[in-house]
Amino acid sequence: MGSNAIEINGLGFKRGDKTILEDINISIPEGSMVAIMGPSGVGKTTLLQLIAGRLMPDTGTIEVYGQCVSTMRHRDLYRFRSNLGILLQNGALFTDVSVYENVAIPLREHADLPEVLVRRLVLSKLHSVGLRGAVDLMPSVLSGGMARRVALARAVVLDPKLVLYDEPLTGLDPITVSTLIRLMRDTNDTLNMTSLIVTHDVDEMQRLADYCYIMAGSRVVGEGTPKELLCDENESVKQFVNGLVDGPVPFHYEAPDLQTDYLGQG
Amino acid sequence: MQETLSLIHPLFITPVRRFGRGFVFLLRLLGRIRLSIRQIRATLVQVHSIGTRSLVLIMVSGFFVGMVLALQGYRELAQFGATDAVGAILGLSLFRELGPVLTALLFAGRAGTSITAEIGLMKATDQLMAMDLMAIDPLTRVVMPRFAAGVLSLPMLTAIFNMMGLIGGSFYAVNIMGIDSGIFWGNMQAHVDLFGDYMVGVYKSAMFGLLVSLTAVYTGYYAVPTGSGVGRATTQTVVVSAVLVLVFDFILTSLIT
Repeated sequence: MGSNAIEINGLGFKRGDKTILEDINISIPEGSMVAIMGPSGVGKTTLLQLIAGRLMPDTGTIEVYGQCVSTMRHRDLYRFRSNLGILLQNGALFTDVSVYENVAIPLREHADLPEVLVRRLVLSKLHSVGLRGAVDLMPSVLSGGMARRVALARAVVLDPKLVLYDEPLTGLDPITVSTLIRLMRDTNDTLNMTSLIVTHDVDEMQRLADYCYIMAGSRVVGEGTPKELLCDENESVKQFVNGLVDGPVPFHYEAPDLQTDYLGQG
Repeated sequence: MQETLSLIHPLFITPVRRFGRGFVFLLRLLGRIRLSIRQIRATLVQVHSIGTRSLVLIMVSGFFVGMVLALQGYRELAQFGATDAVGAILGLSLFRELGPVLTALLFAGRAGTSITAEIGLMKATDQLMAMDLMAIDPLTRVVMPRFAAGVLSLPMLTAIFNMMGLIGGSFYAVNIMGIDSGIFWGNMQAHVDLFGDYMVGVYKSAMFGLLVSLTAVYTGYYAVPTGSGVGRATTQTVVVSAVLVLVFDFILTSLIT
């Protein structure tokens, strides 16, 4: 590990009047697997979209490999994203083309390669996720786990330096979860990539991540290795890591007074 | 006064704003025309998907519209002993008005809705976002081929609709009502002018192709990414396309003829 792949300083983001992220400071070293964790709706996916340049921060800076993402022009942003692998929560496979075409699309768009080479690369990536035999299937016939594995093959087909994962393990059976964890780890180490994983799955992240950030109430409330976080004294971290009902993270969404709502103003 | 303005505002400003946004969207699309093999191939795939698959509907509709026109024309003209003019009336009404307008309306219902639903669902299932994150422009890769295919397909479908209308009309007039075939086709040839009549329909269908395709891709691209949002967008495609086709039909007719 050398310098940082991602450097976020004083990041703030609002939707209308609602503050989504506030004073976020995160450093992700090259070659590491870092998890951003926290309860649902805390702004983890928003943070991922900010890093990928789909949203613009209101305050602060995001630097990826030394480049400031928030000031990039459209063309530079696309050049930057072509070095980025992304796996979205539902896989987001293109439903009108086959598994083969799904994995081949980034190659066709960003690498001027002969078809023979495209085929070899696609087959080798599909082989690494165990789906070489599904090359001609359409996404509609794949199970959730298979779709996620195809999406992983597509995300790394260009051997990107950085891969962003948005809830990659949500809703999968234990065998598929273990398979995906192994695949993500192997891919990261073999290709010397940096991985940023957004998730709320505490157990799985202990098996996968080198370092974790925990978010609550628009802020980062804790950070450390998975082992360190288990012993963290911060109330929000303790509540999240141990899955406690009572704690600073509220169960109810912001609402008016219960009596006023039930009985009306009078 | 303020109350009246607040009533007028959503009724007047909203359509004007949408029209403006639609025009900007059209300019963004035109800026993405690439004469690359990849985009031409993608466009041809869409021509097959939305054009070729509309053929049965267009052909059957054209045939029966031609028969109805011949039937109505024959009945009215028979009162004046002028049934020989059925061929001319059939040709003029098909080429100038009914061909382009009805094909555009059928196309909006058959292909426009499918384009909107397809793009809307791609948006709802994050496929467009995934493309954008993979540095692949969704407007160039998804929207432009569908738009171009719609613009190219409609004039061709209109020509096929017209042809089937003529076949249907001649079948009724010649084979059922017994008008002489030579008189039927001869009268049509004598009264229908290539540039003054037939090309008017071609210009109209080109314009309708642009309007219907733009409406379909625009409503799909900006659909609310939910089940009901996509459903509302497909309905909007039919309603907006129909209104635009009829309004622009009047404008074009008054300008060209």
